[in-house]
Amino acid sequence: MEIQKPGMKVGAAAVIVLLAGAGAGFAGQPSLVIDGQTMITKAKAPAYTPKLTSVQSGWVFRSKETQALQLDDFDNPGFVFVDKGRDLFNKVEGSAGKSCASCHELKDFIGLRTRLPRVNKDGHLETMEDLVNKSRTKYMGAKPWKYSGSKMTAVTALISLQSRGMPMNVAVDGPAKPFWEKGKKLYYTRVGQLDLACANCHEDNYGKMIRADHLSQGQINGFPTYRLKNAKLNSVHARFKGCMKNVRAKPYKQGSPEFKALELYVASRGQGLSVESPSVRN
Amino acid sequence: MKRLIITAVVAVVGTGSAVAGPVAPSAVVFKEGAVEASLTGVAGDPAAGKKAFINRKQGNCLACHATSDLKDQPFHGEIGPALDGVAGRWTTAQLRGIVSNAKNTFEGTIMPAFYRDSGFHRVKKKFKGKTILTAQQVEDVVAYLKTLK
Ligand code: HEC
Ligand code: HEC
Repeated sequence: MEIQKPGMKVGAAAVIVLLAGAGAGFAGQPSLVIDGQTMITKAKAPAYTPKLTSVQSGWVFRSKETQALQLDDFDNPGFVFVDKGRDLFNKVEGSAGKSCASCHELKDFIGLRTRLPRVNKDGHLETMEDLVNKSRTKYMGAKPWKYSGSKMTAVTALISLQSRGMPMNVAVDGPAKPFWEKGKKLYYTRVGQLDLACANCHEDNYGKMIRADHLSQGQINGFPTYRLKNAKLNSVHARFKGCMKNVRAKPYKQGSPEFKALELYVASRGQGLSVESPSVRN
Repeated sequence: MKRLIITAVVAVVGTGSAVAGPVAPSAVVFKEGAVEASLTGVAGDPAAGKKAFINRKQGNCLACHATSDLKDQPFHGEIGPALDGVAGRWTTAQLRGIVSNAKNTFEGTIMPAFYRDSGFHRVKKKFKGKTILTAQQVEDVVAYLKTLK
């Protein structure tokens, strides 16, 4: 019996017709300029992602209307939460009688987002959430926040905002290497009843429609991101969890070594893209 | 319920085939990707197949395949080829094989196996040991595909 592999071109042409009918054109905003600052939404792909010629922010793949919400901070619904983050930053909590502001000025955090996650002196891979909770427990004598809770995402958005426009630049070599390798393995491992890996959707098929969704490269330069779908800020790990659930897989825990390693690897796939936090997505 | 009754009636009357119940996912015989024998012995129902094809919790085939026959449905994916004319490109046995486990036809494909219940990693508890479609739904979807001339 002969197995035929019909040409994909036939399918693609038919789809274009259908999409035109649905009115889903992808003529987006010309560029992402916020407050006079131009965000890098496309960059040359790093050598270790040979299947990508360029890395592209999730912003590129959103509709013109969704894109527009990010052009002006007054329109960006994420800023309501950034303001909450500011209050939390200044709020005294815990047995030491301190707030974040007792020890930090926001400008100390310029550039921090671009380098996270990173390996600390003890050889552990740290995310921004880990850094926040370390300060809370160790220096403030306060309870840690829930990994992707509303307080955590508000404060990580505020801290990430200090790096807005700066290119992602995580370390992948030296002590980071084993974590990066672990993350890479996870990225290419098929999981769940649908038997799909991150790469199946975000590397092999970005730019295409998967039912109602326009697939992006699954970049994390915009996190925490405000999603129109749930009207709140979403952490990187919450997004990973969502994608794993969609393929009917048992997600790793938020803050787990697996998700941290995956975060490092995915961050490295977006080297050179501007930090956009808080970005707006659907 | 309707399906169960029909199956029961057929079982009592007998279809002439020796199939006692649906073929277990692990017992499906693939020959160059194709599956010759019906998984249930009950002819597929194209109308039911069309529903399973559209349903996001069942086939959700539209997630990846555009299909002109379903123009009334809003969103058609573009990850796989459009399925217009698919009935002419593949035999029933080949289509049954593609829907049951497309990896036997297209090596390394992104298309999920709709009639496979093991060999996965980290399946969510709710779906452990289960197939995406039932054996009869596979037959129904194949019957629907055969209408796409
Ligand atoms: C079945 C397809 C599919 C798989 C597999 C998948 N995703 Fe996604 N993912 C999507 C869709 C659809 C979206 C929403 C549209 C978009 O941004 O691509 C999305 C969004 C994302 C985003 C948000 C991007 C942004 O700009 O806000 C990230 C990050 C992401 N995915 C990472 C992952 C990772 C990591 C994995 C593997 C654990 C994964 N995805 C697996 C379909 C998938
Ligand atoms: C996640 C994506 C995805 C889903 C969901 C999916 N398919 Fe596919 N399908 C593909 C791809 C991609 C191909 C092309 C083969 C390849 O290159 O891997 C394909 C090929 C096919 C073919 C052969 C196409 C031709 O024109 O010759 C048929 C038939 C088919 N799929 C039917 C279905 C049916 C029926 C369902 C649902 C029960 C389904 N597919 C769900 C991705 C998908």
